[in-house]
Amino acid sequence: MILFENVGYNYGGGELLSDVALRLAPGSFHFLTGPSGAGKTTFLKLAYAELRPTAGQVTLFGRDARRLTRDDVALTRRRIGVVHQDCQFLDHLPLATNVTLPLTVCGKPGNAQDLTSLLDWVGLGKLADALPPSLSGGERQRAALARAVIMDPDVILADEPTGNLDWEMSLRLLTLLVELNRMGKTILVATHDMNLIRQAKSQLAARVLRIANRRVQLAGADL
Amino acid sequence: MKNAFTALLSADRQADRVVPPSGFTAQLTLFTAGAMAFLAVFALALSLASGRLAERWASALAGTATIRISAPPEQMDTQVAIVLSVLSTTPGIASARAMDAAEQRALLEPWFGPDLPVDALPLPRLIEITEASPGYDGTGLRQRLAAEAPGAVLDDHTRWRRPMAQAAERLRLLGLLSLLLIAGATGAMITLAANSALAANLSVIRVLRLVGAKDTYIVRAFVRRFTLRALAGASVGTVLAMIGVALLPRADEAGAFLTGLGFQGAGWLLPLLLPPLAAIVAFAATRFAAFRTLKGLT
Repeated sequence: MILFENVGYNYGGGELLSDVALRLAPGSFHFLTGPSGAGKTTFLKLAYAELRPTAGQVTLFGRDARRLTRDDVALTRRRIGVVHQDCQFLDHLPLATNVTLPLTVCGKPGNAQDLTSLLDWVGLGKLADALPPSLSGGERQRAALARAVIMDPDVILADEPTGNLDWEMSLRLLTLLVELNRMGKTILVATHDMNLIRQAKSQLAARVLRIANRRVQLAGADL
Repeated sequence: MKNAFTALLSADRQADRVVPPSGFTAQLTLFTAGAMAFLAVFALALSLASGRLAERWASALAGTATIRISAPPEQMDTQVAIVLSVLSTTPGIASARAMDAAEQRALLEPWFGPDLPVDALPLPRLIEITEASPGYDGTGLRQRLAAEAPGAVLDDHTRWRRPMAQAAERLRLLGLLSLLLIAGATGAMITLAANSALAANLSVIRVLRLVGAKDTYIVRAFVRRFTLRALAGASVGTVLAMIGVALLPRADEAGAFLTGLGFQGAGWLLPLLLPPLAAIVAFAATRFAAFRTLKGLT
């Protein structure tokens, strides 16, 4: 599904990632940890073709990311739901419109009942008409997750999704991610929240990866 | 490009809402398109009027010529008779007649006033020639006149007609050049406004790319907005300018150029082409600016 082969990434000021090899198998659940600045976000950006590797090859759904045209990148992103720490909404549009944005941009008609069910699932059923700036951090993260899954993507990538949330809200978001994984979605969550990882491992067989010394390694069993 | 036009015409309310309303750039585009269309209508009117003027001057002066006879008073009638005789046997001349004193006085009156004592002045006599088709041989006629009536000088109006027609033709070209400059300036202004809107909405564009929007979708959202604004602004500017042109004083004999700066007949339809032209300029300018901005984003 997503395959990294000897991938390196150089920002120009030095090598951030080097010789990274990883395969995200369908239905797998991975955590990606590492200190700030280690390259977690860069890794995720490589995984949804926001960045192109400077060495090695990233294969997305069987296609070399470096050979994707701009339209190909757009089509690939319809199969990858991304949740950012800062969520990235269109602040002038209500929550429901933001959540259905992936459908809008590819010309698919939204189903009102499906939308209501989705918003209820993330606990935002009563906030459909609210504007994003009026939402709390937890509400924004759950809305971002709803937007990420509305296209029924194969993969969900989350970059520090609980970074701004309290523990209770973090657990709520984790529960949603675990549910999605049980539905067969491939999940990769970049986080430095070890408690969250331990909580997840108590519920499912998640693999934990750590970025250290520019390489991605399988983390120890102490997690 | 054809698909882009089709997509432009099909309203997509959801897509239109994706780009937040931007008051400043909206007003700038409306004003620019309106002002430029207003100016373009006058440039067009100037160009058309100059074209008509060039044609009128050319047709009024072409086909006629004058022979000026300077001779002592006692020989004047003889010279006139000789010249008329020469003209009657010259191929290419339809008619020739000597102007009488009253006609000559009328010609001089605008310059010297009504009290001019024409009889007391040693004025040359004028013979008006109307050319047939095909015309006469000017060089041959001059040679015959020089031999038979040395005081007669043929003036075929070329030295008047050519610079006047050239001036009118250049005015027409200046009008067309003004139209091109106005179109270019409109494109430049709309490009600046579009660039401003694109820069202000970079975060929106990033979100759209993140959720899988193709470049064409994003470009369309901006292009449609700017094209419709330019169309609306140019329509208002064109209508106002056409009202202004319609209210200009009517053409008359005395001031045919300045008062003839309007449209005539089907010419009134030409300004109606300006709003769609402004929309096409806005379409191209915004599309170019949007694709250039997107090129820098992944």
